[in-house]
Amino acid sequence: MSGAILVESKLDPAKALYREIVLAGDPWIREIKAGQIFRIVDLEGNQAADTLFYNAADHADRYSYQDTIREQGNIYLTTGSKLMSSGGNVLLTIVADTCGRHDTLGGACAAESNMVRYAIEKRSMHACRQSFLAGLLGFDSSFEKRDIPGNINFFMNVPVTPEGKLTFEDGISEPGKYVEMRAETDVLGLISNCPQLNNPCNGYNPTPIEVIIWEGEHVS
Amino acid sequence: MPEEILFEELVHPGAAWSHVLKRGTALRLTDLEGGANAGMLLYNFECPVERLNLPDTLKAQHIARLTKDFVLYSDMGRILCSVTADSLGWHDALGGASNASLVKSKYGEATYQQCRNDYHTNGLDKFLIELAKWGLGSRDITANVNFFSKVSVDGDGGIKFEPGFSTAGSYVELRAEMNVLVILNTCQHPLDPNPIYAPKPVQLTVKRVPAPFDNDPCRLSRTENERGFTLTERYFL
Repeated sequence: MSGAILVESKLDPAKALYREIVLAGDPWIREIKAGQIFRIVDLEGNQAADTLFYNAADHADRYSYQDTIREQGNIYLTTGSKLMSSGGNVLLTIVADTCGRHDTLGGACAAESNMVRYAIEKRSMHACRQSFLAGLLGFDSSFEKRDIPGNINFFMNVPVTPEGKLTFEDGISEPGKYVEMRAETDVLGLISNCPQLNNPCNGYNPTPIEVIIWEGEHVS
Repeated sequence: MPEEILFEELVHPGAAWSHVLKRGTALRLTDLEGGANAGMLLYNFECPVERLNLPDTLKAQHIARLTKDFVLYSDMGRILCSVTADSLGWHDALGGASNASLVKSKYGEATYQQCRNDYHTNGLDKFLIELAKWGLGSRDITANVNFFSKVSVDGDGGIKFEPGFSTAGSYVELRAEMNVLVILNTCQHPLDPNPIYAPKPVQLTVKRVPAPFDNDPCRLSRTENERGFTLTERYFL
């Protein structure tokens, strides 16, 4: 696999099973059934959607970026990417993508990582791993911090140079760009609509995203 | 205070090892034969829910590899280990660990009954068994480092494993900045194109070492790391 594979969806949001706007800085969590189609829309552009998936039948079997990268031989996600679990299972497959590149390596911002990256005084700023914890604990109080592995950053552009340098480039997303994936098994989806204000991953202005789910048989 | 070797141990090919590496000690890994791979996970021994976080490690230092003068961050903004010596210049943070189905499809099956201690094993299962000895399990599996292996990335994001990268005698040294539970295995890298199941041994040397000075190269390599050391030192106050 190489480069962006831009594919538009034929699905009609008017026929969706579920639609929800996730406001800037909020978490979102919901089960997505096998065969259902799940879309995340970058409504205003340049917004990072930090996302995790868990096997609904076994939450210990969850998205693994290292397994995903290795199985597809590429660090970027785009159409055709299979999102792999730590147990070696395919959780979802990306079936449409109008953005073309999504990050696997940058992980999520946290109060603690902001202290390292920017200033110790940044501890109190809202961060994705606060939202991940709030989302998980709101869904099931048996979740813990150890249930937060490295996540996907949909709509984020984090290139690696041949010399092994990680760079943070301006986003390549624009208003209305979306990524759409098919659940290959029942999964629990978790999003932190990133509140980061210390770097340009959200253009210094976090904005809403939309989440849309269709039943699989509505594919036309 | 001069360095003092506390003990040495050979980790056999395709085997696992774990140890609480105390603050003030260091672990040197040596590839005795060339072509070794040492998969590693790190935890704060006192509170293992604090553990190695490779995304935080990479983005704080703007790197997609590990080498001397860089550090390994926990998810709590603290430094678990610093890389204080390295003869190779690149250790993999991308490839992860092999699993049973990968090893079976690449190398076929070889059971204990057939092969005794040369039976085929894999990185994930080795991690899980070693973690279980410390009360940890599959929810504690996270992204791992592969010492002695190089996986580079091209302009389109494609990844490439470099065969023959680590030569006999190559070494890397980790200084513990906290009391760190080290979980290690010597299974082959999951991207190793060698069609033969041929994991290699790794020699371990545990030393007592001086605490990092104010001018420590890992501390000064980035302003992020100065703050990381400050936060780590505050944990012990």
